[in-house]
Amino acid sequence: MAVFILRRLAQSVLVMLTVSLIAFAMFRYIGDPVNQMVGVDTTPEQRAALREALGLNDSVYVQFVRFVWNALHFDFGISYQFKQPVGELILSRLPATLELSIASAIFALVIGIPMGVYTGINRDAWLSKLFLTVSLVGISLPTFLIGILLIFIFAVNLRLLPSFGRGDVIDLGFWRTGLLTASGLKALILPAITLGLFQMTLIMRLVRSEMLEVLRTDYIKFARARGLSERAINFGHALKNTLIPVITVTGLQLGAIIAFAIITETVFQWPGMGLLFLQAVQNVDIPIMAAYLMLIAFLFVVINLTVDILYTVVDPRVRIGGSAT
Amino acid sequence: MPQVTGEEGRAVAAAGGRPQTLDDRRFVSRALDSDIYHSFKSSKVVMLAALVSLLFIVAAAFAPWIAPHDPFDLATLSLLDSLNPPAWVEGSNPSYLLGTDDQGRDLLSGILYGARISLAVGFASVILAAGIGITLGLIAGYVGGTFDSVIMRIADVQLTFPAILIALLIDGVVHGLYPNVTRNDSAFWVLVLSIGLSFWVQYARTVRGSTLVERNKEYVQAARVIGVHPIVIMTRHILPNVMGPVLVIATINLALAIITEATLSFLGVGIPSTQPSLGTLIRIGQDFLFSGEWWITIFPGVALAALVLAVNLVGDWLRDALNPKLR
Amino acid sequence: MSLLEIKGLTVEFPTRRETFTAVMDVDLDVQRGEIHGLVGESGAGKSTIGNAVMGLLEPPGRIAAGTIEIDGRRVEALPPEEMRKVRGKKVSMIFQDPLSSLNPLYSIEQQLVETIREHNALSEREAKKFAIDLLDQVGIPKPAERISQYPHQFSGGMRQRVVIALALCSNPDLVIADEPTTALDVSIQAQILNLIRRLCTDRNVGVILVTHDMGVIAETTDRVAVMYRGRIVERGPTRKVLGNPDHEYTKSLVAAVPRPDIKLLRFPMVSYIEGPGRDFEAIDLSSHWLGQGRRDRTRDRHENLVELKGLRMEFLMRRSLLPRNRIYFPAVDNVSLPIREGEIFGLVGESGSGKSTIARLIAGLYTPTAGEILFDGTNIARLGPGRQRRPFQRQMQMIFQDPYSSLNPRMRVADIVAEPIRHHELASSGAERQRIVEDLLEHVGLGREAARKYPHEFSGGQRQRISIARALATRPRFLICDEPTSALDVSIQAQILNLLKDLQEELKLTLLFISHDLPVMRQMCHRIGVMQNGQLCEVKETEDLFENPEHPHTRDLIRLMPRLDYLSTEGLAIDRAEAARTGRV
Repeated sequence: MAVFILRRLAQSVLVMLTVSLIAFAMFRYIGDPVNQMVGVDTTPEQRAALREALGLNDSVYVQFVRFVWNALHFDFGISYQFKQPVGELILSRLPATLELSIASAIFALVIGIPMGVYTGINRDAWLSKLFLTVSLVGISLPTFLIGILLIFIFAVNLRLLPSFGRGDVIDLGFWRTGLLTASGLKALILPAITLGLFQMTLIMRLVRSEMLEVLRTDYIKFARARGLSERAINFGHALKNTLIPVITVTGLQLGAIIAFAIITETVFQWPGMGLLFLQAVQNVDIPIMAAYLMLIAFLFVVINLTVDILYTVVDPRVRIGGSAT
Repeated sequence: MPQVTGEEGRAVAAAGGRPQTLDDRRFVSRALDSDIYHSFKSSKVVMLAALVSLLFIVAAAFAPWIAPHDPFDLATLSLLDSLNPPAWVEGSNPSYLLGTDDQGRDLLSGILYGARISLAVGFASVILAAGIGITLGLIAGYVGGTFDSVIMRIADVQLTFPAILIALLIDGVVHGLYPNVTRNDSAFWVLVLSIGLSFWVQYARTVRGSTLVERNKEYVQAARVIGVHPIVIMTRHILPNVMGPVLVIATINLALAIITEATLSFLGVGIPSTQPSLGTLIRIGQDFLFSGEWWITIFPGVALAALVLAVNLVGDWLRDALNPKLR
Repeated sequence: MSLLEIKGLTVEFPTRRETFTAVMDVDLDVQRGEIHGLVGESGAGKSTIGNAVMGLLEPPGRIAAGTIEIDGRRVEALPPEEMRKVRGKKVSMIFQDPLSSLNPLYSIEQQLVETIREHNALSEREAKKFAIDLLDQVGIPKPAERISQYPHQFSGGMRQRVVIALALCSNPDLVIADEPTTALDVSIQAQILNLIRRLCTDRNVGVILVTHDMGVIAETTDRVAVMYRGRIVERGPTRKVLGNPDHEYTKSLVAAVPRPDIKLLRFPMVSYIEGPGRDFEAIDLSSHWLGQGRRDRTRDRHENLVELKGLRMEFLMRRSLLPRNRIYFPAVDNVSLPIREGEIFGLVGESGSGKSTIARLIAGLYTPTAGEILFDGTNIARLGPGRQRRPFQRQMQMIFQDPYSSLNPRMRVADIVAEPIRHHELASSGAERQRIVEDLLEHVGLGREAARKYPHEFSGGQRQRISIARALATRPRFLICDEPTSALDVSIQAQILNLLKDLQEELKLTLLFISHDLPVMRQMCHRIGVMQNGQLCEVKETEDLFENPEHPHTRDLIRLMPRLDYLSTEGLAIDRAEAARTGRV
């Protein structure tokens, strides 16, 4: 088991290095960093001095090592458009995105898994068919359209909830949270639903199909033959076996939520990282793009490691290796 | 017995629409009697979805002939016609059935032309993604070894990033590399490239997985014993047997690609507003939502949702119909 | 009163087009303390009876008529919750595959204790004690330690013991065992059958043993019912039914069973099953396409067509960056053997003994780790897949085990059989190729109209004939048959074995015949090699091997063969010379 986790850890480091390489290549070779940082009236001598100061004349290896070293210290250089350190920019936007993402992840899991279990067990119930139809609509509506529709209904027509921003935030020093004020919580509802709806339908459909798959296996049939109750079979034997693929995909989906936050943040003008990244793409602000890429990769690696550890908890075949005797 | 129906399903999928000669007449009659056709006919929803998809494709293909106005002809545009509500609302201009946008462009025509662009991007990027994915997956699965490890490692890493993020990054990189390319000219191909490159992983993984299964089947070993060349084994023996799942992915991916295109255009990095796609139209309209001109956003939004839903329904049905285990 | 009494049972599976009747008007009774066999070929409906008794018919299956009484209580129409209680207390079931019958995520203890407490008012601790006791009874060593382990830590045979323990949790009166040993090796199979036999006597439970294997029926059951297409055609004490069958189908079935004790000239044609089979029509080799290869054969013939020298094949079991941490598994370990021109050489062994690996090594599907493979004097072990191997590829072909995966489902039979001809350029034109393909299909007993169909339109036996036609299409000298009939029903097996034998004699082929089934080997092979754990135990002439086995493993295998000496010999073409020599009739 320790070997399994260690191997995964090594793979994670490899993934991070690969992503760093891509980020570094973007940073170094797309456009000229010097041109982006100086005005038109800068003399060639000043440019050369800046080039030397930035270390752009060093060998590529040295530059890459320096890039990784700086990244480890959360130093991603200066934003071309804001002329501010990228690390600070991202840190100031991070809480907003994380609060939104976690809220919608909880929404997606708490609603999605029970719905999936229900539709898996009661395959032909009318409620299952309703859930499935709704889920198909949920998958077919693009996130931004859901957001706009929710704004149209709840903000424009009913005037119940705010249509943009985070509401009032409280500064905890290292973290600016919207979770402690009424207006902040109200502002969170629509974006969280918008962001979580797609993931919710996906999780529901996945749990359902896994449930159907597991209920067809021999060991479920054998459990029936032994006279175990439907309850024990469905929730004891079937659900636990369903969990393994669900954990994998849920992990991926949590990552996806952070990325899809870009869209939700645009629709609701939510001042998070996604909005920052989008502005960076539109203005070709490479340092922010590179930093965002690495940050997202890091979050994914952490999520994947958590998933792997959960695996060992759920699955004895991973936890206890060893051959059959 | 249930198994029999499963086999027939596979057999029909096997023949994959190449009707020729005498035997194929038999094939057609068998197809009409097959469970796939039956499940298609028995589900009104699926038939409706297929019809809607078809209508969209036809309407998009013939948009220049069907559309009541040409939204790109600057000469016919007039700001006087801007922000007309739909024909059944008071104060409307009846020649604009669904109203006009802020530049006085007819929305119905805009939607037809928009669907044309959305579908074109969708199809092109699906073809690109499928082409890359199938080729890499087939080779990785059949040859294995280092090539397989490298490709699958890349796929794993890419899979952890959602397609929309990859597409955004590729879009950003392309514009960073070629700052002088005007967005109008390149937007379409940049989109196809971004979406295509962000979707290949799914094909590659699926095809690789199926190839690994097929490779160990005895008919492939028999071909190897005969001495058939690996490329022939891959294309002639394995490829036709792994196309079923690919077809399902392609259908569902078409819906996803359309969504992704709309999303990118909505985010302002896709198709520019001079030649709006559905996503662009929605973005333009969002600003007017609060001032009461809801139709600019809602109609393209409904069109987009209907198109994607229809394609998804067909894909969903196809997946269940091709999967004998689910019946 | 009978433990189980079934009267007029009919089970239907309604589908869109028609209603398929899987079981038709079946009467059956089972007494306490007896093992009642249900035997039949695939699709006969024998498993469906078991499922119907358990109330576990797969939808849309339903009991259309008849009654099922357990201990005098009608159960066929009980509501699901009532039926569930019957399932626990009265009847239990053992499935075929012990690998998939256990939930991989729960320990043996959790699964046993859960089931025990479902049916008995016991505390957690008492239940565990009971569970350990059960494991001990089914013969699991150190049950107190092993109970906390998970299914993946048990071997196949041990798992089947755990499955049996689980089935006994509620002290059932009736146990339905559905092919309980089909997935196991012969040696394990004997142990499990002994266990079932013992439990049946000790606990006085009734057992229904569902199987396709006549050997298992003959050795284990007290009474037997023979099923054919949903009906029971004959029923009675096992010795009577198998020794002196009344019904034509039973006679055919018994006749088709390969005998371990007598050598037959040919297998009898089982007319009852696939209609009157085509007679094998000999061809004139001097004019027929298949005979043409004969003439271009070189003069310097070696006595041994194939010779293996010190052959070794290792598979990587654990990957590691460091070479010393890698673990290799020797699937074939230093095997040397000669295969003479024109003989049928048999390789026998249990699963994992390396016999199939040898077949694949000779065919060039694997490259050996060490050793030589001489084909007609040339070492082909390391030729690679390129041009140099090509002449040898033409001369050797392979027939595989699984008729359902050995033909590409997306290709027409004509294209499948034509592929080797096209590849080795054995025909000068498309028309000639087509004619050859049709000739081949005719010769293996399919008829030329088969060419235009797809594989799924054929039954398992017919598909195996297509495989044979494809193998013949290169005019090979050497044919590798890797368990060619083990996926087939016994009656079809007889036909395919006859065909192979006829072709071998007619075309003077050399055959490597691989099987785990010793009785089949006795009928087919001239010489036999016995394998165990990748090593060759001994090689002997067939009759010598059966009469005077030397290696302990060979003796074990022969001892474990089912004893079928009381089976009817009606209609068998016994090799009198052999029988006289060995003193048996």
